Amino acid sequence: MTKYTSLLFIAGLSFLLFVIVGYLPIAENPMVAGKAILGSAQQEVGSANIVTSVVLAYRGLDTLGELSILFAAASVVGLLLGKSYSTDSVKTQKSGQAKEYKQFVVLKSLDLLFPMLLVVGMYIIVHGHLTPGGGFQGGVLLAVAFSMRSIVNPGSDKKNHYSITFIEGFAGFSFILIGVLALITDGNFLQPLLGKGEFGSLWSAGTLPLLYLAVGLKVGAELAGLLFELNGEEERV
Amino acid sequence: MMSIEVTIENILYFGAISLSLIGLFGMMMLQNVFRILLSLVLLEAGANLLLVLSGVRIGGVAPIITEGMSAGVVMNDPVPQALVLTAIVIGVGIQALALALIFRVKRNYGTLDLRKIREKLEKDIAVSNEVSAPGSYQAPEKLTESTGANQ
Repeated sequence: MTKYTSLLFIAGLSFLLFVIVGYLPIAENPMVAGKAILGSAQQEVGSANIVTSVVLAYRGLDTLGELSILFAAASVVGLLLGKSYSTDSVKTQKSGQAKEYKQFVVLKSLDLLFPMLLVVGMYIIVHGHLTPGGGFQGGVLLAVAFSMRSIVNPGSDKKNHYSITFIEGFAGFSFILIGVLALITDGNFLQPLLGKGEFGSLWSAGTLPLLYLAVGLKVGAELAGLLFELNGEEERV
Repeated sequence: MMSIEVTIENILYFGAISLSLIGLFGMMMLQNVFRILLSLVLLEAGANLLLVLSGVRIGGVAPIITEGMSAGVVMNDPVPQALVLTAIVIGVGIQALALALIFRVKRNYGTLDLRKIREKLEKDIAVSNEVSAPGSYQAPEKLTESTGANQ
C-alpha cells in the first residue's frame, strides 16, 4: 500500500515539475546579483575566474561555514567509526600483507601515479583564481593521492594519521587568520588584502590564492581522513 | 496547448528533473539502506544540475575573463555555480556521514534491510524500556515473517 502511495506521489510530482519547466523561460534568467558581480568583479577583486571571486570574496563567510560543515561531518564519522580494536588490527595486518604481494603491479603503478596526482592537484589549487578549478577540486585530487594506497590495499596502513589532523587544523586556522587580519586592517572579515596585482598573473587577486590554498589543504586532509576511516571500517565489518 | 522544442537546454532540464525523480523514487521504494544512500546521491546530482542550469544564458560562456575576450561576450551567472560548488562539497560530507551510520547499523544489526532493522530496533527499544515487544495482538507473527522472507 505504501508503495502505491509513493508511486502516485512520484507520478504527480513529475507531472507537476515537467509542466512547470515547460512554462519556464529557459536560459533567460535576469541575473540580478550575477550581472552586478560580472560587471564589478574585475575591478573589485581582480581574479580572472569570477566564480572564485564569488566563492572567496563576495561569499567568503559562506565558504567558511561550508568548511566547518565538512569538518563536523569528518569528525562525526571519526566518532561513529572509532578506533580499531587490538584483535582486529592483528588480523587485518596479516591479510593486508598477503594482499600486498598479490597486488604488486597495482601498487607499483600507484607509486608512479602519486607524484603526478600531487602536481596536478597543487596546480589546480594554486591556479584556482585563474582557471576552472580551485581548492575543492584540487583538494579532492590530493586526498585521492594520499589515500589510494589504502583504498587498493585496505589494512596496510595502520599508523595514526596525526599529520592529517595537523594539516587540517593548520589550514582552517590560517583561513580564519587571513579573515581576521582583513578585519583588523580593512574593517571587513575576509576582505581580499595585499592588492590586486597584475590581472591574470599567478600573484593576483590579493589573498584569494592563499585562501584557496587553505581550502584545498583542508578539503584534502578531511577527505583523506574520511577515506582512511571508511577503509579501516571495511576490514572490520 | 504549448509546444516544447527539442533544444539542448530542454534536454538538460528534462535530464536534471528525471535524475532527481529517479533519486526520490529510489529513496521511497527501496528497502536496502545503502541503495537509499545511492538514491540520495542521484537526487543531489539532479538538484545540482538544475541549479547550474538556472544560471545558463543563451550563448553564454564560462564566467572566466581571458585574454583577448571581446567586450560584448555573454557570460553565465556565476552565483549558481558558486552555490553548487558549495552544495557538492556539503553533499560529500553528508554522504560520508550517512555511510558511517550505515556501517554502524551493519555492525550492530548485521543487515541492511530497512524492515529488519526497524523490527530489531523496535525490539531493542521495547527491551530497554521494559515493555512488551511491539506489534499488535491482531497481527499474527507468521505473516510478518513470511513477508520478510519473500523480499
